[in-house]
Amino acid sequence: MKRGITIQFIPHSELSGLGSDSKLKKILKIVRENKIVVLEGKLKSDEEARLIENTMKQIDRNFKGIEIASMEESANFDFFYKIKSGLARMLLGDKFGLSIIGPASLVKEIKKDPSKIELMMNK
Amino acid sequence: MVFKALARFFSNIFKGKKVVKLGFYGPVNAGKSSLANRISKDFTGEESFHVSKIPHETREIQVKEKVRIKKGKKELDFNLIDTPGIATRIDYTDFLRHGLKEKEAKERAKEATQGVIEAIKWLENVDCVLVVLDAADNPYNQVNITIIGNLAARKVPVLIVANKVDLKKANIKRVESAFPQYKVVGVSALKGKGMDEFYEELFSLVKR
Repeated sequence: MKRGITIQFIPHSELSGLGSDSKLKKILKIVRENKIVVLEGKLKSDEEARLIENTMKQIDRNFKGIEIASMEESANFDFFYKIKSGLARMLLGDKFGLSIIGPASLVKEIKKDPSKIELMMNK
Repeated sequence: MVFKALARFFSNIFKGKKVVKLGFYGPVNAGKSSLANRISKDFTGEESFHVSKIPHETREIQVKEKVRIKKGKKELDFNLIDTPGIATRIDYTDFLRHGLKEKEAKERAKEATQGVIEAIKWLENVDCVLVVLDAADNPYNQVNITIIGNLAARKVPVLIVANKVDLKKANIKRVESAFPQYKVVGVSALKGKGMDEFYEELFSLVKR
């Protein structure tokens, strides 16, 4: 039987009212259900570190960890890009950007480039 | 010019400090322990850190205290703090491919998860950090970005070390373009290549 891949989109509004702990708990819960989370916005750097910490605490026989990638800034740091991204961040706050978090058992690797994200899936 | 201003700023931070706590951070198998060993060997004559081709060889924080690094007329005492590689996934079956038995592999995986947690917690205990990356790997890796983002948020001075420049696939330019706001220095910790420039940059970061 062929298994499908479930991608769950989480809009910013769904997490914006939550504290960091609840936010990370919710993300990990979905990932542990073997779903790929597409998050509108970007986690703060300390939240990313805590997501890794929490992931490590949960690793067991069935859960091997996560793959994560965030798209926010381009390596293109030219003047107009900086103005555009600065303005977007001012208007959107942490809603700016996109994050993908998937279970390591499903996602072999997320290849990130300044302009694209590629998900390499496990066979 | 920006780098010089930053170096001046950070040198003021370290004025009066007797020993600088220098953290070695980065992804798994980037050569953190090899670089720590190279520094240790250059200035104490002995290697102090375990290295291995099997991932997650460093599973606890290792500290070599009071290593006096000298470069020209400059000298400073450092505590070298080698941290476990940070990873988002740990699968014991990966260790089986390196010849470990199942029980050993599971134990190593368990210790590795603890090591990652410990490394993240130690971000609070360092004065400055060498982020060691494998110059042959894709630098646009979320682990690298998370480490550097956390250090930036804590205002910890960072020098990015692109290790393994002796490899054919090494690409320092790619590392530089991934982190344009940081100084990147290319070395081969294993072969001792690029160490002169590395020590210069280290002192630029933390000079008294």
